Amino acid sequence: MDSPPPSFTRRALGGLGLAAAALAATAAPVIGARRAAAAKAPSGPPIKVGVLHSLSGTMAISETTLKDVMLMLIAEQNKKGGLLGRPLEAVVVDPASNWPLFAEKARALLAQDKCAAVFGCWTSVSRKSVLPVFEELNGILFYPVQYEGQECSRNVFYTGAAPNQQAIPAVDYLMAEEGVKRWVLAGTDYVYPRTTNQILEAYLKAKGVAPADIMINYTPFGHSDWQNIVAQIKAFGSAGKKTAVVSTINGDANVPFYKELGNQGLKATDIPVVAFSVGEEELAGMDTKPLVGHLAAWNYFMSVDTAENKSFIKAWHDFIKNPKRTSNDPMEAHFIGFNMWVKAVEKAGSTDHDAVIDAMIGISVPNLSGGYSAMMPNHHITKPVLIGEIQGDGQFNIVSQTPGLVVAQEWSPYVAETKDLIGDWRAPLSCGNFNVKTGKCGGAAK
Amino acid sequence: MAPFVARGLLLLALLFPAAARAQADDPYAAFATHDYEAMRAAIETLSTSGDARAPAILAALQAGQLRVGADGTLYLRAADGSLREAVSGAAAAGVDAAALKEVRMNNAVRRALDGALGGLRLFAADPSTRAAAAEAVFKGRDRAALPALDRALARETDAWVKSVMAQARAALILAGGGASEADTLAAIAVLRARGDLEASSLLASVAGQPAAVMRAAHDALTAIQRQRQLWDIGESVFYGLSLGSVLLLAAAGLAITFGVMGVINMAHGEMVMLGAYTTFVVQEAMRAHAPGLIGASLFVAVPAAFLVAGAVGIVIERGLIRFLYGRPLETLLATWGLSLILQQVVRSIFGPSNREVSTPAWMSGAFPLGGLTITANRLTIIVFAALVFAVLMLALRRTPLGLRMRAVTQNRFMAAAMGIRTPWIDALTFGLGSGVAGIAGVALSQIDNVSPNLGQSYIIDSFMVVVFGGVGNLWGTALGALTLGIVNKFLEPVAGAVLGKIAVLVLLIVFIQRRPRGMFPLKGRAVEA
Repeated sequence: MDSPPPSFTRRALGGLGLAAAALAATAAPVIGARRAAAAKAPSGPPIKVGVLHSLSGTMAISETTLKDVMLMLIAEQNKKGGLLGRPLEAVVVDPASNWPLFAEKARALLAQDKCAAVFGCWTSVSRKSVLPVFEELNGILFYPVQYEGQECSRNVFYTGAAPNQQAIPAVDYLMAEEGVKRWVLAGTDYVYPRTTNQILEAYLKAKGVAPADIMINYTPFGHSDWQNIVAQIKAFGSAGKKTAVVSTINGDANVPFYKELGNQGLKATDIPVVAFSVGEEELAGMDTKPLVGHLAAWNYFMSVDTAENKSFIKAWHDFIKNPKRTSNDPMEAHFIGFNMWVKAVEKAGSTDHDAVIDAMIGISVPNLSGGYSAMMPNHHITKPVLIGEIQGDGQFNIVSQTPGLVVAQEWSPYVAETKDLIGDWRAPLSCGNFNVKTGKCGGAAK
Repeated sequence: MAPFVARGLLLLALLFPAAARAQADDPYAAFATHDYEAMRAAIETLSTSGDARAPAILAALQAGQLRVGADGTLYLRAADGSLREAVSGAAAAGVDAAALKEVRMNNAVRRALDGALGGLRLFAADPSTRAAAAEAVFKGRDRAALPALDRALARETDAWVKSVMAQARAALILAGGGASEADTLAAIAVLRARGDLEASSLLASVAGQPAAVMRAAHDALTAIQRQRQLWDIGESVFYGLSLGSVLLLAAAGLAITFGVMGVINMAHGEMVMLGAYTTFVVQEAMRAHAPGLIGASLFVAVPAAFLVAGAVGIVIERGLIRFLYGRPLETLLATWGLSLILQQVVRSIFGPSNREVSTPAWMSGAFPLGGLTITANRLTIIVFAALVFAVLMLALRRTPLGLRMRAVTQNRFMAAAMGIRTPWIDALTFGLGSGVAGIAGVALSQIDNVSPNLGQSYIIDSFMVVVFGGVGNLWGTALGALTLGIVNKFLEPVAGAVLGKIAVLVLLIVFIQRRPRGMFPLKGRAVEA
């Protein structure tokens, strides 16, 4: 994992006599990168950055955009003079929405390409499948998607939201602002919804909601016939108490779900649906007029009204050459994660994995909603929580924002097995699952 | 959240002292702020103020036509895009429409607005507007609307509108509480007669009333629930028919390519996907060149999808499948590879994200039929599936081409000896099957994602239907699709969607073991050949 020192290499010395511009042209080709002033042009062997996002298969719909964002961020960094004076080079691989392939590609990125950092994965199952590879080869993974928590690895930086940075504030909002007393927890049948719903159920019960007022429903991936589930929700909502749906329905299944809601006339004013996996990108394929008022909870919306966000969106539109493309929460997570990594490498003065991992903690960079996000010792970042209502134009109207930043709880305090665990990767503790009751580290993080 | 809101309010008051002061005497000023609580209060004030401008401004707010300028002035945007100052009514000259922002609401404001507009429209000239207004009052459950409702009820002549108003009145009485026992009992009787989910929701919320009222509410609720159980069975049948017709559409093409020709075509789902994308392209083209006809876009998309998918089918047959006849394993692998290629081609051309296919107005929404809620798009798809099936049957039974197709599949050598160009018929048959899959894509674009993965989710179901119904038998495919749909929809509420699907598969495996050739096996010598 040793990387060459960021000093003059033989190749760079040999090039001294040549025009600086010619040197820049011979440096490693970076897609989309245009060299800025010749004096600042990065030189030397490139620092490789792995991009591990599915470009084909089911998840391509969500992950392709993240690959493009990474290319944009890397190109921008090269324009600013690279990192440690060396150019960055993106190594893009396509794990094709195939979970075992994720592990294979991750191994290739770390062992063959010697990537200094890898940005990738979307589904929890893909993260779980690459986790052993990153731990074995001591790599660095930036994971940009909101997830179920209950994990804290030394080799992973979680830039998406943990449940207490998304799900729990959303439930609090519905209780306080909409007076919801009865809950439908609807999700796709896999690890993220099941764990999130387990946490939410425990949280609701702790808040005094009767078990009879909670309905949990799971559907298969890509479920397309929602007729009787929507009818069931309607019937469940007719018990004389304000009802809301908390949706962890994933990706493709959302369009038919929302279409059925619209067709059966279930309005947000009657039974609001708050979703954790529906963003601007998912709404792009839908007529959102019947859905106005349904909610989503994220840490970023494209409609966030800040100068940082405006310049990010402008850079994105210029890069992708399409002014209609939307931006979304995982894109912001990559933006934050990449900037944090750049800062950490500068602080450590090398791309050595151990040095960077130690340097990451405490790094703070601007997020797009007008504040700063910091990397905490549990390898999760602080975030504001935003609740938005769907508008007729496919954007979100932000109706609530937490006053400060929320610190992630990687181990849920509402689940009996994990309520005493904490993660802290600073020396001397250096443990992902330290039990504060027994004072013991549980060993390797799950 | 409450202290935060309060702090925000304070901040607003400090930043905009003028706005805060104006709010007391001018309720319209609230719409220029982002303070939803103040907006809600303003709507309640306006709905009872008798202000002549209120109905138009509130209606514009509901339709998303109320704009606010940087200085807090409200503007009404007419359908033709022209602007007018909302409060003074003066024409807005020299105002940059692009610089104005739409007045945003949250759900609480939206609810208050629906109720308020309902109260204001109770005296409209059009009976259906009055009925809709009464329904809005019913949902709003705002006791303040009661006097207006009583006046409207006294003036009402239309019997149907009158009954809706009576229901709304009953809702207000039950929700508000404090009415006399006789009034409350009468209200319960009205809601019992209404007998839908809204009524049972209201009845379930009755609490803290005299024993007679509680008993009546409980009895009414039980009666409604008993009635609903019957309707639920009807509802499940409708859902089952609807799912069955979707399965039938997806499988009808496969019933020809796999059932009649015996080609295991794993790229069948991609023909469906091509049909859906054809719908998207047709709609985009019509939006650009003939925006007035967009409501009829699906009628153009059906033949277009048939031709596109059919042509691709013929190319596949001529270019790939004809070299693989009699080698099912190779066909399976080759067509599966082809399906991946087609998906990636579409992904490269149209991008990986979903494409929006709009639904014409006549296919949106739902209407009540007794105690059932019939959604228009599902009903249309049931009818459409029946039509496609009928046309397909006619084409196979009553046309010369159909006769040749059946001749070739039953006895290829005899047919060739009679002078039929069998390779040509093979290509046309495959094209017909693919074209029908394309038509299915048009229908599926209305209920599912238009994404490169659309076809994948239907391929297994399609094979299931064809095998279950009996390979080679179109009637079997139809009955198989409907049976699977209805069984699925009756299992789903009991077992859940995931277990329901597993249960259907297990039942299917048991059935195929008993009857390996499906429900309606083909008989005769042709089968053995």
